[in-house]
Amino acid sequence: MTLSELKKGVVGIVKEFTDLEMSVKLMEMGCLPGEEITIARIAPLGDPIAVNVSGYQLSLRKFEASTIILQ
Amino acid sequence: MKTDLRVALVGNPNTGKSTLFNTLTGLNQKIGNFPGVTVDKKTGYCTLTDGRTAEIVDLPGTYSLYPKSKDESIVFSILADKANPLKPDLVVVILDATNLKRNLLLYTQVADLKIPVIVALNMMDLAKKSGITIDIDLFSKKLGVPVIPVAARKGEGIDKLKEAISFSNKIALQEESIDVEAIAPQLIAQISSELQLDNPYYALQLAHQHEDIKFISPEQSDRIEALEKEFSFHSQKAQATETIARYNFINEVLYDTVKVPETAKEESISNKIDKVLTHRFFGLIIFVGVLLFMFQSIFAWSAYPMELIADGFVWVQNSLHHILPAGPLTGLVVDGVIGGLSGVMVFIPQIAILFAFISILEDTGYMARVTFMMDKLMRKVGLNGKSVVPLIGGFACAVPSIMSTRTIENWKDRMITIMVTPLVTCSARLPIYILLISLVVPNRNVWWIFNLQGLALTGMYVFSLISAVVVAFVLKHVIKGSERGYFIMELPVYRMPRWNNVAFSMYERAKTFVVQAGKVIIAISVILWVLASYGPGDRFEKIDQKYKQPQYARSLKPDELERAIKSEKLENSYAGVLGHTIEPVIRPLGFDWKIGIALITSFAAREVFVGTMAAIYSVEGNAEKMESVQQKMKTAKNPETGQPVFTLAVAFSLMMFYAFAMQCASTVAVVYRETKNWKWPAFQFAYMTVLAYAASFVMYNLLK
Repeated sequence: MTLSELKKGVVGIVKEFTDLEMSVKLMEMGCLPGEEITIARIAPLGDPIAVNVSGYQLSLRKFEASTIILQ
Repeated sequence: MKTDLRVALVGNPNTGKSTLFNTLTGLNQKIGNFPGVTVDKKTGYCTLTDGRTAEIVDLPGTYSLYPKSKDESIVFSILADKANPLKPDLVVVILDATNLKRNLLLYTQVADLKIPVIVALNMMDLAKKSGITIDIDLFSKKLGVPVIPVAARKGEGIDKLKEAISFSNKIALQEESIDVEAIAPQLIAQISSELQLDNPYYALQLAHQHEDIKFISPEQSDRIEALEKEFSFHSQKAQATETIARYNFINEVLYDTVKVPETAKEESISNKIDKVLTHRFFGLIIFVGVLLFMFQSIFAWSAYPMELIADGFVWVQNSLHHILPAGPLTGLVVDGVIGGLSGVMVFIPQIAILFAFISILEDTGYMARVTFMMDKLMRKVGLNGKSVVPLIGGFACAVPSIMSTRTIENWKDRMITIMVTPLVTCSARLPIYILLISLVVPNRNVWWIFNLQGLALTGMYVFSLISAVVVAFVLKHVIKGSERGYFIMELPVYRMPRWNNVAFSMYERAKTFVVQAGKVIIAISVILWVLASYGPGDRFEKIDQKYKQPQYARSLKPDELERAIKSEKLENSYAGVLGHTIEPVIRPLGFDWKIGIALITSFAAREVFVGTMAAIYSVEGNAEKMESVQQKMKTAKNPETGQPVFTLAVAFSLMMFYAFAMQCASTVAVVYRETKNWKWPAFQFAYMTVLAYAASFVMYNLLK
């Protein structure tokens, strides 16, 4: 399952990434394998989404969320 | 100023780095540019506990030394380039104590460059509040560097930090973090030996960044590229490996030094605010409301101080006319220079208020939410959620806004944002709009609270946003480039604005505006005054001769005679000739030759318009009876028809021209600097001028 399929408010755990370039950026911002991740909010127009991960809130587009694979 | 020590501040965004910088340096700081690039460079001075002076350099916030945007790339080049004049003696890494894990990533990278480092553990007050305990001594021992707990917002621990800076070592003492050589052993060894480097992490960074950094020669860069091929080095993979290794080290550091309570997570205040401010329906309405409130306030709050400033200048001019002997020099100083300056000074209140709002929106974290809400919409028109910040900043000034597009990673999105940002109503247009609106739009309220003039002004602002979006949509199909770009960004926690920061921004921006616009305006006022006071050949003498004939003295009263002479002289002056030359071109837009002069001078900077108008009408006007520019323009009559010059049609046509035309030399320069190609500013200038002419023509003929 990828992050883009996760329901709002449900806790997921990051497993791996499908996009190498994006994975470096995500990890630098605290989105690491093994971290808990939840979707906190969806933008008024349906995209992007805001996620809570390792104490931060990050905003990413749905397409970007689909490169994050959850356990 | 002589300094004994140079200290660079490095940290993640939103760690309170700027607050710490302000606390350390007070108002003893200046904003400049890093050499060769246009990233804002903030430097300041700080007196240390032992009496020495340290120069503090605030580097842009970044998550890692691998730059994702142009702003961030400055950090590595300042820290690593030994020849850089700004290379620090000491780096203070600011860590957010409430979330050390991610913050430590950047720390370990900086530490591995083997520059002397100390750690400022910021937001200790918040960490304590949420029950986080940090064993500072153990933490410091594990890292091998001094760790100073501070709370920058409250000013706690600052003296300790200053003390640590004074006692800092000249050599780097930090512990090893990860085994850097293991990432690419042969490549690092080879680069190190060929370039004679003693630091493996520096060698690895060169392998990653050699194409973008300026301090190595092209030959060296080519050599590194060849070595990378030889050892089949993959930059992205190596970065991923390195990042994971660093987090493993960080986990080891943190497991017995930091305790985070396992309490059930309550909903944070920030989250509650977000539920409203980014609400599916109300979020966008609130955003529009915020913009509307902003522009209404700019108009309403600035009215009284503006009047004061304008009256003050009229008083000064009047007094000077009484004191100084009448003559050309007095005319130049009092009417040309002071008159031109007053045209700029009256807009200080508006610019200050506008920058206060923008600074508050950014400081509170609301701007990031606007980016979040608008991304999908902006992407449809070829922009990016991050384009919202330059576009809103464009309300203040296109120059810093175009610089701020550096945060947009995607090249095409960035180019389109740069191309359309100058369409947004900047503060230099505000004086012109206000002057013209107050001439032709009645000052009364409609629908209870809305002031008609305020609505007209808001209309111009909304119109400018719409035109920027439409042009962006067209450019999306014109400019070629990859569509890919990412939008991963942090949504910072909401917080109260730092009011002294807001005040500093108001002061700094108003000062910059006055100094920069002032210089141009004084120069142009002087040139214009000369052009308007002298004419080619013997035209002026002929006019004098003509009016000496007895029939004029008989039929006209003395002051009428004087006015007739002045007006005919202006028409025959160099400025008049120039204005008349372009008149056929601008006639279809409803403009006369006097407006023509203002249009020409405005191509240096838009705000010159008001000063030019003041100068032109002061030459014609009566020196004994000083009036504000507005009064003069209101009473200006077309000599042929006797009708007022500034009708509704002319005023709005003029506003359309200023809305679209690229009348700003600084913007042209900054677009060139940012795009490194004259093609872009030339294209921008051309399309904007065509649009300006067309929009003016349509508006004039609609309202005529």
